[in-house]
Amino acid sequence: MSGTFVGMPAFPKAAHEAVRNETLRGNLRHATHTIRAKRAKAVAELSDWAELREAGRRIKDHTLRHLDRYLVQLEEAVTAAGGTVHWAADADEANRIVADLVRATGESEVVKVKSMATQEIGLNEALEAEGIRAYETDLAELIVQLGRDRPSHILVPAIHRNRGEIRDIFRTEMGEWGRPAPEGLTDTPAELAEAARLHLREKFLRAKVGISGANFMVAETGTLVVVESEGNGRMCLTLPETLISVVGIEKIVPTWRDLEVFLQTLPRSSTAERMNPYTSMWTGTTDEDGPRTFHLVLLDNGRTDTLADEVGRQALRCIRCSACLNVCPVYERAGGHAYGSVYPGPIGAILSPQLRGTASEIDASLPYASSLCGACYEVCPVAIDIPEVLVHLRERVVEGGPAVREGNKVVLKPAKGHAAERAAMRAARWAFAHPGALRAGQRLASRTRRLHPRTLPGPGKAWSGTRDLPPVPAEPFRDWWQRTHGGKDGAK
Amino acid sequence: MSSRERILGRVRRALADVTPDEQVIQRDYLREHGDRTVEQTVELLAENLADYRALVHRCTEDELPSLIARLLTDRKAGSVLVPPGLAEGWLAEADVTRVADRADSTPHELDRVDSVVTACAVAIAETGTIVLDGGPDQGRRRISLVPDHHICVVRVPDQVVSAVPQALERLSPTRPLTWISGPSATSDIELDRVEGVHGPRTLEVVLLG
Repeated sequence: MSGTFVGMPAFPKAAHEAVRNETLRGNLRHATHTIRAKRAKAVAELSDWAELREAGRRIKDHTLRHLDRYLVQLEEAVTAAGGTVHWAADADEANRIVADLVRATGESEVVKVKSMATQEIGLNEALEAEGIRAYETDLAELIVQLGRDRPSHILVPAIHRNRGEIRDIFRTEMGEWGRPAPEGLTDTPAELAEAARLHLREKFLRAKVGISGANFMVAETGTLVVVESEGNGRMCLTLPETLISVVGIEKIVPTWRDLEVFLQTLPRSSTAERMNPYTSMWTGTTDEDGPRTFHLVLLDNGRTDTLADEVGRQALRCIRCSACLNVCPVYERAGGHAYGSVYPGPIGAILSPQLRGTASEIDASLPYASSLCGACYEVCPVAIDIPEVLVHLRERVVEGGPAVREGNKVVLKPAKGHAAERAAMRAARWAFAHPGALRAGQRLASRTRRLHPRTLPGPGKAWSGTRDLPPVPAEPFRDWWQRTHGGKDGAK
Repeated sequence: MSSRERILGRVRRALADVTPDEQVIQRDYLREHGDRTVEQTVELLAENLADYRALVHRCTEDELPSLIARLLTDRKAGSVLVPPGLAEGWLAEADVTRVADRADSTPHELDRVDSVVTACAVAIAETGTIVLDGGPDQGRRRISLVPDHHICVVRVPDQVVSAVPQALERLSPTRPLTWISGPSATSDIELDRVEGVHGPRTLEVVLLG
């Protein structure tokens, strides 16, 4: 297993391999089914869930609509509270800013709170190249880091590992990174959690620099919010002298009051809890409590390109709860790695091709990594219509057309490999516009139905490889309608 | 051009098709869930705290010093961190070494302390949450984090609200806030909840009133 997503094969190929891995499928089935039932129960406790979801959608849409204004307001508030704000247009710039800030402290190691944004920009690898070691402190991230693995879930990056595998990783790898696993470590979750506690404690106590993301940033007050369970977040946010938070520009909410919606919907959607064990909120720096220096790095990295897409921009409402992963039949079977991105599952299938563009094989294939069943939309606490965006992105992949990349308007070429699909659609368009030809064609198809192959030849072969061709009826519907007056005569 | 100008420019161009919407966000959701008396709200807080494995105790002002002393003894605590403004008398009967919450203590020093006693800013019944805001009777954020045993005293019913919206109204964003719902936990192994990772593994909440 390689630690990078670069050069990933297209989704169908990666998924094809993943579904044959029975351990992986067993681990995912167990975990996703456990959380699904719990989430449904936690959500059912709130009689106004639909209204909370709608308010969440509205707040996020309103924020995106005025994102420039709220970014400036946030910058002012954070600065007034003693923080320093940096702007990073892409991953390289963000990594450079963070590396420079760490170097300026004179330190060569940092402790990290689990953060999707820093995963997205590959911060750990960038710091490593600068001689700075980043320790992941979230339990699942630790499992991924020690196992030289890749994350496969937004909330629980090591969801593809079962307890036995985790014990083996701890036993063989912990010693290389610091305090080894206790003698005789078993695979009970409580013992594994204890091993992580012991292993990481020495790192927390000596850490001088902490790096985090944030779940929310409040524009009017400059407050950042981190929602977590283990206490590793609190350690990284309060013990070090310097705190650097890397946050996507879409994480803003306008007002303090807006948190009342998301602090109700996020924990129930993600871990199925009434409230997660720990939530930290800080505004700039506080005298003699917590870090003396606070840097906020605002990250674009494809978000403004996504914002420019009228249909696709709703993906920026995402609060990274991962409920859509847990209900997705495709995710459950293929696992997170097949998506070739730190954002797997349904949200990843619409986010990655927008943040990164559809030029690579994997990104062009992601909008197809779905059966369009709609379960993801149903559970989304900010009502992102994921199927709508998937279909929209499929059209973009096949047809090409205008898009925005790195702030510039571009015209995308139609993707290769979809020529047959385009030809079929063109033929269909022509046929539906010429009723006489359509009728003749349908009659011909009905009369020759016994001669039809069961699979398509040529480029259509891949399509029919996993599907049955629909059977052609003995008589076209329109002929039947005319002959029987719509069945009124009782005729069949 | 700076990256700030570049990003703000991109945002403005991306929103070229959007009409401004200045209307106030419509909020049709509830302020709290269910209709409860004050006593029922306190009861719900106790239930939800216990549901996430906090140990809940109830006592009067007079009983508090002996209760805290007993909790520390049961725990075999030799030392306890004390916020500067903790009410005189809460620790009157406790026979343990008091460690003051000082700015110049190192994390390693805090790690050697067994327990911590704090008050809180507000508690939320529906979610079983206590919120600390760094007030004088709560101390710096780290003192309720590093020791493995946290005793938190909630004045009932004054400090108890029903739901999250009411809690946010009472809190000031200018203060560093820590929301605590049960002891440290993780769901990272097979999405099953396990209590006890980096934060205090034992959380005792005393409902005082």
